[in-house]
Parts: sequence; structure tokens; C-alpha cells
Amino acid sequence: MKTLEYPRLGEKVFRETLSSGLEVVVVSKPSHAKHYAFFAVRYGGMDMRFQLGGRWQDTPAGIAHYLEHKMFDTEEGNVLQELAKNGAADNAFTSSSMTAYYIQCTEKFYENLRILLSFVSVPYFTQESVDKEQGIIAQEIRMIEDEPDWQVYANLMKCLYRDSPVRVPVVGSIESIRRITPQVLYDCHRAFYTPSNMVLVCVGAMDPEKVVRKAEEILPKESGPAILRDYGAEEALLPAKREARLSMEVSMPMFLAGYKCPPLAGGEELLRQSIVGDMACDVLFGESSPLYTRLYGEGVINGSLGGNFDQLPGASYLYVGGDVKDPDRVFAEISAQARKLGTEGISESFYQQIRRATYGQMVRSLNSFSNIAESVTDGYFRSYDYYHFPEIFESVTKADVEEFLRENITEDRAAVSRIDPL
Amino acid sequence: MTRQTLLENVYLTHMPSEKFKTSFLSAQMAVPLLAETAGLNALLVNVLSRGTARLPDMAALGRELDLLYGAQLEPAVRKMGENQLFGFMASCIDDRFLPGGERLLEPLTELLGDMFCRPAVQDGGLNGDYVDSERENLVDLIRSDINDKRLYAARRLMETMCAGEPYGVGRMGRAGDVERITRQELSGHYRSVLSRGRLELFYCGSAPEDRVADAFRRAFAGLPRQGLLEPAVTTRRAAPASCRVVEEAMDVTQGKLCMGFRTDSGDVPATMLMNAMFGGEVTSKLFLNVREKLSLCYYVSSSFHRRKGLITVYSGIEFENCDRAVAEISAQLEDLKNGRWEDWELQGARSSLISSLRSTEDSAGAIESFVMGQAAAGGSETIPGLLEEVRAVTPDRIREAAAAVKPDTIYFLKGKEAIA
Repeated sequence: MKTLEYPRLGEKVFRETLSSGLEVVVVSKPSHAKHYAFFAVRYGGMDMRFQLGGRWQDTPAGIAHYLEHKMFDTEEGNVLQELAKNGAADNAFTSSSMTAYYIQCTEKFYENLRILLSFVSVPYFTQESVDKEQGIIAQEIRMIEDEPDWQVYANLMKCLYRDSPVRVPVVGSIESIRRITPQVLYDCHRAFYTPSNMVLVCVGAMDPEKVVRKAEEILPKESGPAILRDYGAEEALLPAKREARLSMEVSMPMFLAGYKCPPLAGGEELLRQSIVGDMACDVLFGESSPLYTRLYGEGVINGSLGGNFDQLPGASYLYVGGDVKDPDRVFAEISAQARKLGTEGISESFYQQIRRATYGQMVRSLNSFSNIAESVTDGYFRSYDYYHFPEIFESVTKADVEEFLRENITEDRAAVSRIDPL
Repeated sequence: MTRQTLLENVYLTHMPSEKFKTSFLSAQMAVPLLAETAGLNALLVNVLSRGTARLPDMAALGRELDLLYGAQLEPAVRKMGENQLFGFMASCIDDRFLPGGERLLEPLTELLGDMFCRPAVQDGGLNGDYVDSERENLVDLIRSDINDKRLYAARRLMETMCAGEPYGVGRMGRAGDVERITRQELSGHYRSVLSRGRLELFYCGSAPEDRVADAFRRAFAGLPRQGLLEPAVTTRRAAPASCRVVEEAMDVTQGKLCMGFRTDSGDVPATMLMNAMFGGEVTSKLFLNVREKLSLCYYVSSSFHRRKGLITVYSGIEFENCDRAVAEISAQLEDLKNGRWEDWELQGARSSLISSLRSTEDSAGAIESFVMGQAAAGGSETIPGLLEEVRAVTPDRIREAAAAVKPDTIYFLKGKEAIA
């Protein structure tokens, strides 16, 4: 087992790759009472087309999320109550590129870890339980379709991307989930829930050797074949569509603008790019930026304006939006400010200000066990060590951020999704 | 953890910890919750958050916080027992993790002191633009609970059940009262509450007590101290002889049923555990029986307001299921009273409660909230002490705690068609 120390961050991490191919990471938090385990699969909403047994399979949209729901059923019943009896809280989520199951407890950690590893690795589906889930997930889909936040994002992705599977909502649709059968679920579990495609991240005062022994004891000894996935050809950087509009029950117009950026494959360059993208967001429309404070003072925006830089496999974009009276004006102001910063440059003193704030935010995020687990997992799936961020951060320059804004945050790369009151 | 008197009616609680990447600071006025002043205090803290004499606007304030490595400073207004706590919470990267060996505790504490003692002023009063815009924001915020019918129904239950008691006042006051506050009135209130109110200061991080006390003493040196306004003692009332029932109708698709109970039991640990078995957890009776088995509710849960001795149950139901839901919820309480539960129910509730109490110490914000609750109530509970007490609760005490719970008020929000 490797022991890694990161003195600048005061962190100590144990790592071991089991003979099955599973990566086990234990982030040591010796003085916390809380124990956290995060078991993740490199399988998300995007992974609809893949090879199984040498043949390409096309699976219905929403299958990864559906599978996540069904994993909580076991032959003995439902694991939720079993964990709750031990005082453990548990949950799961599915994103575009990941499915993760996690537990949190202060007592009986190894017993709870055993339950977590068992229910995620042993599938149990019946026709009856799969049918019952159709109704539950259909209700979930109807509920989120009523949420303007969800609609404005889903529509933006459809504008930005022509073919990439990121344009398909992770939950799928009421039509697509009807095509899900126990057999398809078993096939997907067999293909993706295999040790070499998974990572177990534990955060807390647990004994790393004991975690490894539990994983070896409970999980399969060997991995299935490597998975070939098809995300389609890389897309041009021009959006598929410039604008999407929808009317809903909202008190004020809502908008989300997206700027398409060139995707990176992985490695530390990806982490570097995410730091550059985050700084670009802060410089452009962060709460202390000239644009934000001016528009807030003029009453053009309220505290809801915000955004982020996302990097998914084969797709990368910066988005910004909020509830505003005049979305066209705010979008035009943001694009104009990006052009100005990209060409005239960012003032040195403002850059130094944002630089400090960015570093502080990254260190601060290590207070949260779930942030740690997600960042470490994302780093593992995309071939970099997240804990190297202080070194990578130091290599970022003002010119990098200016170039990012100049190249990417332009109107020809942009699409706008908006929701207007009925 | 230590607590000391810093100035007259100003206390500092120091929690030494190297668990976190950040230091956490808090400065809260703890004053009796009253209908006449709740809105004034809530508006005041929002106006103060807009700028100080030294950093008079958002841009200057934002720049200062960025330069303190992304420090955060947020206004907060809370109700704890029959007291209102208002002030600021702040956090910054702990000195141990700063690349240049800088010290952030002193400048951030100074900023906290500025927020209270040296605000942005205009013609001898608070800044008029800030009063106008924050008044509008606060009125919008208070009224926005109508967007979330769960919050709205919970507020209506509390207003009805605790009418005439301070506990019935919302933490931000009433929108109609806030609307009428003038700059002059708010400026006068600021001077009055600043000089009289109890101030509770809190620090959690790696700095030693002396350094923290020095920083706070300097930052709050200009705080006027005249007269004395102590936090109130929260009072309990008995439930009425027969349960009150209130119904309202709105244009909603799902009904909201809220039930309020009172307890006169002094056995807090047993009531906490009884509530965890009743409706506080996913293993509790309300969730498993009323939701899962009978499918009577979309959601149902209970909370124990331990300072006031109230238990509230919130649920979302079909309009026509109201009577059945009331009967089933009451039946679950009856089962607890009669000792009808399986071993695992008590075991699961106890484990969950212990786990959430122990996790409190893993979050600086949760520690702060516990400390402030104690300070406001004048209590002497500690987390290790509560843990021991929860571990020692016997089934008999749970039955007694359940028997002490009496129905007070039922509030039901139904659809417009339902009464037509």
C-alpha cells in the first residue's frame, strides 16, 4: 500500500490497486467521528453505447440512473433499513459520467462498508420490481420536468451539442425508460460494475488495511474485459442551435448561457484547465468582479447570477445564468466583458485578488468529505491526482486566463436557453 | 472548549480544533424575540452587511474578502427558543494552510467588528439606499414562503398554535411591519440594540484562546455598553383541553397537514429518542407505517423543539385523506405510549441519534449552532453529556415521554375546489 503525504494541505492518503483492478483510496481524518465511504463506477448517463462480448449495444437513455435505483433491492429486501438500523445514512447519485453510492456513519463502519460493497456488487432484479420502478422514476421525471432550473439546463445542452450523448438527460425520458428490462440491467451491471472500472474512496479515521481486506473479501476477484464506449465523433465548437425558449410558471425570466470549449482527454492538463476555467468565471462574473458589482448596483441582476466551468468526456463548456429581468442584456454584457478582458487584459491587481480567492476556495472544499471523495474519484477516472492542485495552481498565469476568455467566451461559441413567465 | 466574559454582556466561546481547513468565527446578538423588534433586527443585519465605513460598498468588501484568500462573511438571523439571534458568520483558511504564512484571524475579526460598530453611514444615520434595497429584498424573502407550501403551512401552524407567545413570531418578523420601517427608525434601533444587546462571540480553529480574545477585544473595543438586555427564558404552556383545528384553502394540488403537540416532560433525552422513533428518521413509525405501509402521505416527519417543549408533524397528503392521516399519526403516538415497538426500532433510533450528535463535532457550523443555542437558553448541556444521557434512556422513560405528549393544534391546507 502506498502512503502519500501532502504537507501543504495537511492531508495523508493511502492508496492500493487490488489484484482485481479495483482502486482503493483512504483519506485519513484521524480526529473526525464521521466515517464516509464512496463507491463509484465509471458509468453515467452518457454511456448508452458500448461493446459487450464483441458486439455494440445500444441501451435506452436513463439506464445508468435506473440501475442505480434498482441496486438498493436485494434478495433479502431493501438495504436502506438495514443501514438505518446501524445509524448509517446512505444515498446515491448518477451524473453524466459517474454513478456513486455512499454511506456515512460514526459506528459499525466495517459492517456498514460490507453492506455497501455487497449491495452494489450483487445485482438482484425481478420483472415485478423493474415494473414497479417504472412508475416511481416516471414520477421523478415528471417532477423534475416541472423544475425550471432543470429545464433551462437541459435545453442549453440540446443547443450546445448536436450528437454528443451529454445532450441526453441523465434520467432519460418516460418513453425511453419503458424499454428497460431486467436483462438489459443485468447486461449493464456485468459490463460496467467491474472492479477495474470502479473506485472505493473512504474518508475518516478507518484503518486502510482493514478497508482493503473487506474489499478483497467481498468483491469479485477478477475484472471483466475492458469496456469500449462510443461517444460519437468530436464535435465542432459551434453550437448546434443558438437559442431555446420555453414558458413556465416562474416569477421572473430565467436564462442560462453556455460557451462551448475544446474538450481535453485527461491527465493533469485537465485539472489545470479546470482551474483556469474557474478563475475565468470569477474574473468575468464572480461576486467581486467589476461586471457583477456594477450590474447589481444598477438593479440589472440579483444575487442569483452565477455559473461554472464543466469538463465531461468529449464535452467542455462554461455556463452562466440566473433570474434576471432582461436576459438579452445580461448575456450581451457578459460576452462584451469577456471580449474586453481577453483583448485588453485583466488588471494585475484584480488578477492577484482572484488568484488568492481561488486558492482559498480549493483548500476550503477539503472540509467536505463528499467534495473530497468526488474530486479524488474524478481524478482517478481521468488520470490525475487531485491533491496536486496547489502545484498545478502555481503554474497558472494571467495570460492563461486571458487566453481562455479570448478563445472560448465569444458569441459564436455561445447558446442561450431561457424560460419566460407564462 | 472555554467561555469567557470579554466586555460587559459580551461573551467569547473558544473551541480549539485542528480538524478543519478553515477557521470559523461568529458574532451574534442574542435578544428576546418580540413581534415589535423581530423585523427591525432582521433588516438591520442585512443593511449592515452591505458595507462598512472603511469598505463602503460591495466591490470594496468583495475585494477585501478575496484578498483574505476567499474569506466568507454572511449575515444570519435565527430563532432559538424565544430569542432572536442576528449577526454574522465568517470563515477563512486556517493559518496553517496559507502559502505565505499570513495571518487572517486578525483582519477577519476586525471586519466582523466593523460590521457591527463602524457601518457605512449617511447624514448621521444608516445608508438610505441600502435600507431601501434591503427592505425590499427582506419583504420579498418573507413573502416568498408562499412559493413553498410546506414552509407556508409550517409557519401557519406555528402562528396559530403559539399565538400570543413569542415563539409564534417568525424569525424575520412580519412583512407588513418590515415594509413600514424608515431609515430613521432603523438607525435609532441600531444605536439602542448595539449598546444593550447580549453579544455572543464564537471561534473554532487552531489559534490559541489568548490570540482570539485579543483580536475580538480590539475589534469590538468601540462597542457601546449601556443598559442591559438579556436573552429571555423560554416559557412552556399546557395544551388546551381540546385540540384546535384550523383549515385554509389555496390553489394547491397536494394538501399539507401539520400537527402540533405540547409536552410537559422534563426528560429531554427520552423525548429526543421517542421523537426519533415517532417520526424523526427513515426507520421511524410515521415513515414506515403512514407513508410506506398505508401510502397515506407523500412525506411525513416529526421534529422536537426541545427548548419550547413542542413536537410538530409535517406531511403532504391527498385532500380526502386528512381524517385518516390524523388518526394514523395519532395511533403511532399511542403505540409509543403503550410500549408497542420492536427492538430494532429503538436500536435504530438510538444509533441514528447518537450518530447525528457525534457528527455535530465534525462541523464548525454545527458546533456554533449548538453553542449559540446553549448561550441563548442559559443552558449547560454538552454534546458528550447528551450522548451519555441518550445511551442511558430506558424503554420505560420512552413510554413516559410519549404519554406526556398532548395534541394542541391541527392545521390543514387544502385545495380551493375542496371547500366549494
